[in-house]
Amino acid sequence: MIPMEYYLVVSTVMMFIGIYGFLTRRNLLAMLISVELILNSVDINFAVFNRFLFPEQLEGFFFALFAIGISAAETAVAIAIIINIYRNMRNIQVKNLDKMKW
Amino acid sequence: MEYTILILLLPCLSFLLIGLLGTKLRPVAAGTLGTTVTGITAVLSYWTAFSYFGAGRNADGIYPAQIPWNTEWLPFGGSLHIDLGILLDPISVMMLVVITTVSFMVHIYSFGYMKGETGFQRYYSFLSLFTMSMLGLVVATNIFQMYIFWELVGVSSYLLIGFYYTRKEAVAASKKAFIVTRFADLGFLIGILIYGFYTGSFSFTPDSEVIGTAKVFLPLALGLMFIGGAGKSAMFPLHIWLPDAMEGPTPVSALIHAATMVVAGVYLVARMFPLFIGYAPDVLHITAYVGAFTALYAATVACVQSDIKRVLAFSTISQIGFMIVALGVCTSADPHEGGLGYMASMFHLFTHAMFKALLFLGAGCIIHAVHSNEMSAMGGLRKYMPVTHVTFLIACLAIAGIWPLSGFFSKDEILAACFGFSPVMGWVMTFIAGLTAFYMFRLYYNIFWGRENRELHAEHKPHEAPLTMTVPLMFLAAVTLVAGWIPFGEFISSDGQAYHIHIDWKIAGTSLCVAAAGIALATWMYMREDRTVANGLATRFSGLHKAAYHRFYIDEIYQFVTHRIIFACISAPVAWFDRHVVDGFMNMLAWISNKVSWAIKGMQSGYVQKYGIWFLGGAMGLVIVLLLI
Amino acid sequence: MNITLDLIVFAILAIFIVASAVLAVTTKRILRAATYLLFVLIGTAGIYFQLNYSFLGAVQLLVYAGGITVLYVFSILLTSSEGDQAEKLKRGKFIAGLAATLAALGICLFVMLKHKFMNQIFEHGELPVKEIGFSLMSAGKYGYVLPFEVISVLLLACIIGGILIARKR
Repeated sequence: MIPMEYYLVVSTVMMFIGIYGFLTRRNLLAMLISVELILNSVDINFAVFNRFLFPEQLEGFFFALFAIGISAAETAVAIAIIINIYRNMRNIQVKNLDKMKW
Repeated sequence: MEYTILILLLPCLSFLLIGLLGTKLRPVAAGTLGTTVTGITAVLSYWTAFSYFGAGRNADGIYPAQIPWNTEWLPFGGSLHIDLGILLDPISVMMLVVITTVSFMVHIYSFGYMKGETGFQRYYSFLSLFTMSMLGLVVATNIFQMYIFWELVGVSSYLLIGFYYTRKEAVAASKKAFIVTRFADLGFLIGILIYGFYTGSFSFTPDSEVIGTAKVFLPLALGLMFIGGAGKSAMFPLHIWLPDAMEGPTPVSALIHAATMVVAGVYLVARMFPLFIGYAPDVLHITAYVGAFTALYAATVACVQSDIKRVLAFSTISQIGFMIVALGVCTSADPHEGGLGYMASMFHLFTHAMFKALLFLGAGCIIHAVHSNEMSAMGGLRKYMPVTHVTFLIACLAIAGIWPLSGFFSKDEILAACFGFSPVMGWVMTFIAGLTAFYMFRLYYNIFWGRENRELHAEHKPHEAPLTMTVPLMFLAAVTLVAGWIPFGEFISSDGQAYHIHIDWKIAGTSLCVAAAGIALATWMYMREDRTVANGLATRFSGLHKAAYHRFYIDEIYQFVTHRIIFACISAPVAWFDRHVVDGFMNMLAWISNKVSWAIKGMQSGYVQKYGIWFLGGAMGLVIVLLLI
Repeated sequence: MNITLDLIVFAILAIFIVASAVLAVTTKRILRAATYLLFVLIGTAGIYFQLNYSFLGAVQLLVYAGGITVLYVFSILLTSSEGDQAEKLKRGKFIAGLAATLAALGICLFVMLKHKFMNQIFEHGELPVKEIGFSLMSAGKYGYVLPFEVISVLLLACIIGGILIARKR
């Protein structure tokens, strides 16, 4: 049996890679991809906890399932917004998006 | 008699209706609505009076007070509660008749006088509001309800004085009236609170065992209440608002500042009369001296004023002084032994309301004709305005106290009461009565006789007022002619028993002689075209004349006290403290937060990734804190 | 601990996932980043399979790898011009991001590895799809019909919202 911590290490590393990407990428779509990484690592955690700690129940399983559905929805809306931004500014670089300051 | 509630509700309804619809209503419709409602109210009041006095006396020989409608409004616990209701007793029924009559006449009259004014609808809605509050005041079942309507009366008076709100003088006058009466009402309110606290009720007639413990405080409470009454009734030194209040439309002056509102103070003292007599006769006599001084002061000032409405205003103050004196000289509740003044005061209130309203409405016709308040614009108007002339003459004779007009009878009763109190008071009041005759006929001759201002009249020919204005004049003149023969004592007297008015011809003859002398003097000085005597007197006593013309500088004294002493010595330092210390502290806080905000503003860069780093740092900081705990 | 087949498979999957993830956030070309994301998602599906959650893995492949990635690729094609490359990172920015991330990663790993979890049981055995279906449609305890419906409404809202936001005016 593989210890549960192995999985958790992988998911944690993946999550922080996602965070790193979120903090450093310049392109909105690339940032969104990083967000997908974060979401995905959390899904792994749910599945792993369910499998190793509460095998006779299904909460984590369904949580992961619903999270996948919700991330699909989130992506769709985010991409719609990004396309709208592109239409207005002809690019999707984050540095141009500072109108919401102050 | 439950229908009496309609007397209050109908004007209230008409106020709301006209006021809310506003200019959506055509002026004629608004006027007709207001007048009709007031007419109905008047008819209801007459019917109430008829059935109340028609019901007859009870076994004790008095007309029993009735409360046809009452509801407990604000219970304070214990016996203390504020009721709203309707109290019918002889004086409130009499006041209902007076108010609705004058109000109805003024409503009709205003059709002609206010024709074409902007704000015609507003005017009528305010008139309805005033009528409602004044009626509510007189039928109040307890002193607190009276206070509420008292303030409503003050508000509607403020609104009506300031009706021409684009004129600076009108605005100043309305503010002055409001502030002065409000200041006096503070005394009234404190008096009510003391009274309510020590007797545990707001009733006009508390049980005597309740009073027993509160006896010591009653004179104080009643004295404070009289200050409120003095404010509304323009007693010296709180009279200063009334002459300025003449800035309002003339029918308003007739309704409010002659016939109804200004007698509220008299009514208040009459309402509290049993308490005054029983527990604070000294306070009552003080009011008599205040009233006598006011009457003398106002009569003197009235002799030299040139604005006809001002003359009438000071004459009103003087006549109210008469009523207060009549109440104040009472020494017992028995009309046969020192209680005559109560009946005399109410009688004079009644007759005075009629002839003073007539005088004001007549003055309104004259102003309407010559477009000026000043006597210099008038003179010789008798040819142009016969109806106004005759009715005005009737009113002047009545106020001068000439037999057989109404003023003679009521004034005679007052003088009899004064002589019963002390001869000095009697002679002083007789002298003032003579003065009254003099200044009223000075006014009369200056308007209708004397030198005509031909230039002005050629430019704009004076004309008789329209029928809507002359009909009320004729009606009120008719009332003035016959009102004296009403056996008033049969209805109202200090102990409620029937009292047969009998004229003491010694006193009546004296006062008739004095009045005739006053009239003769006025005729001699003012009837002819040249005014050598009058002008000569004015120059010889120029100091006195000037002082009287400036109302003995009472307004200037007020000005000095308020501006130089109160404003400069108290208000200005307080304002400085407020502006610099209190506000300064707040401003400093605001300044600090402003500076701090500017300093940290740069952190809000608008870049979501910077926010992400801060968020991450914060979250990790929290984790570390939780780990260390 | 013995080196078992499971462990070998897991090690391969883990290396594959981590490497793809690192590449996804560091590569200059955005289309490549999307491709590496696809690899990460496939690797995650592999982990689900290894956990014997075949249904979850299938959904991951279908929705994530199949659907969302395609969405990304399309939007990249719509918004990027030929030869579009990420700008070169500023050095300070790069170091700040890396340092913050590594510090946070260290803290999280420390917390996680220090924590004593409950008894871990792992039994091989596939979760029957029938059971999943009944739970998903059941309204009783451990039934998920309400979240299921909520998600469907959410998806509908997203469809409408996406159309509204992205439509031409």
